[in-house]
Amino acid sequence: MSSYDKLIFELSQPGRIGFTLADEEFSNVDYNQFFNEDELRTSELDFPEINETEVVRHYTALSNLNFGVDTGFYPLGSCTMKYNPKINEEIAGNPKFSHIHPEQPIEDVQGTLNLMYDCSEALAEITGMDAISLQPAAGSHGELTGLMIMKAYHLSRGDHHRVNIIVPDSAHGTNPASANMSGFNTVEIKSKANGAVDVEALKAAIDENFAGLMLTNPSTLGLFERNIEEITKIVHEAGGLLYYDGANMNAIMSQVRPGDMGFDIIHLNLHKTFSTPHGGGGPGAGPIGVKARLEKFLPFPVLEKQEEKFVLNYDRPDSIGKIKNYYGNIGIVTRAYTYILRMGRDGLKRASEVAVLNANYMQKRLKAHYHLPIDELCKHEFVLSGNFGLTHGINTIDIAKRLLDFGFHPPTIYFPLIIDQAMMVEPTETESLQSMDKFIDAMIKIRGEIDTDPDILHTAPNTTHISRIDEVEAARNPIIRYMKEEA
Amino acid sequence: MKVLENLLYNEEHEWIQLEGDVATFGITDYAQDMLGGIVYVELPEEEDEVEQGDSFITIESVKAATDVLSPVDGEIIAVNEALDDAPESLNDAPYEAWIVKIRVNDLSQLDNWMDKEAYEAFCAKEA
Amino acid sequence: MFPYIPVSKNDEKHMLDIIGVGNIDDLFVDIPENVRFRGELKLPLQKSEIEIRQIMNGYASKNISASDKLCFLGDGTYDSYIPSIVPYLTSRSEFSTAYTPYQPEISQGTLHGIFEFQSLVCNLTDMDASNASMYDGPTAAAEAALMAFDKSKGNTFAIASTVNQNTIDVITTYLKYRNHEVLIIDQKDLRADLEDFKAKASKDLVGVLVQSPNRYGYLEDVKGFVEIANENKAIGVMYADPSSLALLKTPGELGVDVVVGDMQQFGNAMNFGGPHIGFMAATAKLMRKLPGRIAGQAKDRRGNRAFVLTLQAREQHIRRDKAASNICSNQALNALSSTIYMSLLGKTGLKELAINNTSKAHYLHDVLIKTGSFEKVSNGNFYREFVLRSKVDVKTLNEHLNKNNILSLKVVGTDLVQFTVTENRTKSELDYLIQVVEGL
Repeated sequence: MSSYDKLIFELSQPGRIGFTLADEEFSNVDYNQFFNEDELRTSELDFPEINETEVVRHYTALSNLNFGVDTGFYPLGSCTMKYNPKINEEIAGNPKFSHIHPEQPIEDVQGTLNLMYDCSEALAEITGMDAISLQPAAGSHGELTGLMIMKAYHLSRGDHHRVNIIVPDSAHGTNPASANMSGFNTVEIKSKANGAVDVEALKAAIDENFAGLMLTNPSTLGLFERNIEEITKIVHEAGGLLYYDGANMNAIMSQVRPGDMGFDIIHLNLHKTFSTPHGGGGPGAGPIGVKARLEKFLPFPVLEKQEEKFVLNYDRPDSIGKIKNYYGNIGIVTRAYTYILRMGRDGLKRASEVAVLNANYMQKRLKAHYHLPIDELCKHEFVLSGNFGLTHGINTIDIAKRLLDFGFHPPTIYFPLIIDQAMMVEPTETESLQSMDKFIDAMIKIRGEIDTDPDILHTAPNTTHISRIDEVEAARNPIIRYMKEEA
Repeated sequence: MKVLENLLYNEEHEWIQLEGDVATFGITDYAQDMLGGIVYVELPEEEDEVEQGDSFITIESVKAATDVLSPVDGEIIAVNEALDDAPESLNDAPYEAWIVKIRVNDLSQLDNWMDKEAYEAFCAKEA
Repeated sequence: MFPYIPVSKNDEKHMLDIIGVGNIDDLFVDIPENVRFRGELKLPLQKSEIEIRQIMNGYASKNISASDKLCFLGDGTYDSYIPSIVPYLTSRSEFSTAYTPYQPEISQGTLHGIFEFQSLVCNLTDMDASNASMYDGPTAAAEAALMAFDKSKGNTFAIASTVNQNTIDVITTYLKYRNHEVLIIDQKDLRADLEDFKAKASKDLVGVLVQSPNRYGYLEDVKGFVEIANENKAIGVMYADPSSLALLKTPGELGVDVVVGDMQQFGNAMNFGGPHIGFMAATAKLMRKLPGRIAGQAKDRRGNRAFVLTLQAREQHIRRDKAASNICSNQALNALSSTIYMSLLGKTGLKELAINNTSKAHYLHDVLIKTGSFEKVSNGNFYREFVLRSKVDVKTLNEHLNKNNILSLKVVGTDLVQFTVTENRTKSELDYLIQVVEGL
C-alpha cells in the first residue's frame, strides 16, 4: 500500500476554490440587512481552500489506504461481511427513490410506500413475525426500540415492577447498553462453557421483576441454542418476553424462524444478512419485528394498505412514539429489498446453507492447527482461541496483525468475552473455496511461525503502510481534531 | 511487585494510608499491572458523600473501564486532579499517585484491611 | 447457481467430505425438529438483474420526486445541490464496503476521513469535540438529552416548542421509559418564549434544547436560554442548521454546551428521510460524555502519524450496561459525503452558499408578499425558511401548485404555509413560483 497521510487542511492554498454557485448576484448581496449585528458569526471559518482536482486526488488516496469486502476476504465474525451487490446501489440511487423529500404528501410517494410495505411483508415471512417496523436506523437502535416495546407491554399490564432484562454473558455489548438506555436493569447470567444458555442459571435469575430475556441464536459462539423450546417456555411462563438479536440471522434463513422459535420481538441488521454495504461504520438499518399482541406498541407512523392505497397512520395511541426522523433509513431498505427479490426464496435458503457449509469447512480444517474451545457443529461462524500459553508470548492480537501481511482482514478478536483470546471467524456464503483455502493456508503458516519465528508476529504487520498504533498514548492525550498551529 | 510497609491493603488491590480519620486512597502496583496502560481516571467531586460499595471512581485503560467501589462511608475531602493530565502516574508510581482522600465515618469498616505481609501472601495466592 | 454464491456442487461435495457429513441438511441437525421450518418461504424465486431492474423501476415510476416537481420543502431536510464528486468518491468500494475501522492498519482511509469530519464540525460550530456521526438530527438531540441526565441529578429536560416536531417526538420517546420529564417551552411570534422558560426553569432541570433557525425558520435567542439553563446547573443544547453557521453566530460563540443537527444537506440525498447524518459536538468538559465513535490522532511504532478509534472506554463494547450510549453502527459513509462536501466548498464557498440561500429566501419572501396573496406572520429574522399567511385556502393553493409542477408546501397552521429556499432553486425557478402564485 502506498503511504499517504496528508490532512485536507494541509493541502489548503489561499485563493483556491472547488465549487461555484448559480445566480452569482445572490451570493454578493449584503447580508447584514437580514440580521442583527449580534446574530452574525465573528469567528473565522477555517475550512480548507482547495480545488476540485485536489479534493478528488485526496480522497482517492485515502480510499487506497482502506480494505473493503471488494478488496478481499473479510471474515469478521458477527459482522456478516458478505458481498454487496452493485445493482442495489444503482436502484437506490435512482432519483425517483433518492430525491424525495420526506414531507411530500403520501400521494407523491406511493411507489416507495409500496416498496416499504412489500419489504416489510418479506421480512415478516423470513422471520416468522407478524408485524415489522422499518424505522430503526441500525441494529442497536432496533434493540432500543424493541426493548421500549417490551417496557410498554409490561406497563400496559400494570407490571411496573418488571424492570430486569436478563442477558447472557456471551451477548453483544449493545444488548446490556440498550437495556440500560430503555430504562431497564441488566441481569447478566453466566453461559455454559459452550456459550449456550445455562437453563438453571436462567431459572435462578428469574424473579417477580423479570421483564425479558435477550438472546442471540445462533449464539455469539456460532452454535444453535438446542434448548430453545425449554427457554421459551420458562420465559413465557414467568411472564417475560423473549427478544431476538438478529445479528446472526444469516445462518438460518429458511431453516428456522425466530417467530416459530417463540421470540416475541426481533431486530434485523439489513447491513449484515441483507447485503447492504457497511460504509466504514454505517449507514445500516435495523428493522424490528413483533408478534401480533405487540403490534399496537410499534413506533408511529405505521404503514398500512387501505384498499389500493398506502397510508402512514399516526393515530396510534399505544405506540411507544417516534424513535427516528421520519420512517427509517429507507435508502438502505431499498437496497435490501432489491437483494431479497434478486435472491428469492431459493437464493436466501442457499445463502444460509452455504454460509453454514463454509463455516464448518473452515472450522474443520483450522481445528487441526488451532485450539477450538468448543468443538461442535457450528452455524455461520466459529471461535478459535489464540491462547498458546505464556511461553510463546503470542496473543490473538499478534495473529490478527500477521494476517494483514497476508492480505486478509482478520477475524473478530477478543469477542465473545467468555472465550479466552477469542478469534471469531465468519466466512459468509459469498466466499469461494479457493479464497477460504488461501486464508487457511495463511493461518497454518502463521501457526508455524509462532513456534519458529515469533518475532515476525510481534512486529506484524510489516507490509501495511503504517505499523501498530500506540493506542494508550492516543487515549491518554486525545487529539480528536486538527489544529492549525500544529501544522 | 512493590508493596510498601506503612500502608493498608484490601483484596481489591487498593491501598490506604490512614491519618486520624482521613484515608488517602489509591491502587496497588499489582492492580496497575493488571489494568495495563491507564488512560483516564474519572474522579468524584470534593465534598461528595459516599457510602461503602458506591462506585465512585472509574479507571479506564484502552480496552477496559473498571469501576472502583468506595471502601467506606465518608466524605471526599480531596481529589488528585493531577491525574487528569497524567493518568499514567498510576502506572508509573502507584503509591505516590493517590486518587482521593476520604474522611471516614466509621473506622471499623477498615478492620479487615491487611498489612504488607498479609497482602503479599494474598497476592502470591492470587497469582 | 447464484451469482453471489461461488460454491459449486463439486465444491460442496468436497467440503462436505472434509467436514465428514453426507449432505447440507446434516449441518442443521442441531435445530430441534419442532421449531424447524420445513416449508418454503412465501417469496418469489430468484430473478435476474434484468427482471429486478424492471420490478424496481415499477415501484420508482409510481413516485413523484423532487426531480419531477420543484421543491420548496425544508424542515431539516433540504434539496441542496450534491456536487458530482461526492457520490463519485464515496461510492469507491474501498470506503463503502469496509466495516467499522477496528483494524487501523488497513482502515486509515475511513479513520482519516472521520478525523477530518470531526475537525470540520468543530471548526464550523466553534466547539472542542465532535464524534464520528449519529443516525440523524433528532436522535442526536435525544442522545444530547441523555448526556444532560448523565451529568446532572435533576429529572427534567426542557425543549422549545419551536424545535422540529420529529425531534420533540424522538426525545420524548427516548426519555419516557426512563421516567424523565419533558418540559415544553411556549412560543410567541413563531419563536420560543424566554420569559416562559424563566418562569418554568427549576433546580430539577438538566438541560434545554433550542433550535436556531427554528422549525419555522426564525432565529432564536439561544444565548438567553443557555444562560438560564446554566444558572440552574443545566446544560444548553442547540439544534443548528449547519450551513447557516457559516454566517450566523456559532454554538461556541453562543456559549452552548452541546450542539446537534443534521448534515444531510451537505452532500447527501434526501432519501425520503434516511439515511441522513446526525452530528454532535461538545465543549472539552463534556468530551468523555459523548456517545459513539471518535477517531483520534496517534503514532505508529515507526513514528508515523496515524488515526485510530479512541476514548473507547465510553462505548458499549467495553462498558456494556454502563456505556454512554448503545450506538454502534453510525452513518459513516454519509459523514464522509459531508466531509468531502465541506472540503470542496471550503472557506469561501460555504459562506457564499449561505449568503446565496438567505438572499434568495429573502427575495422570494418579499416578492410573495408583494403579490398580495400572502401576509407576513412573524417579525423574527430568518435564514432560508419562513412562514406566510396564505389568503387563499391552503388546500386550493397546494392543488394549484401541484398542477403547475411544484410540490405541495408544508402547512404549519390553518392558513399558514412554509417556504424553504436552497441554492438549488435558481432565480428563474423562484420567478416561476411567483408567476404560478399570481395565476391563482
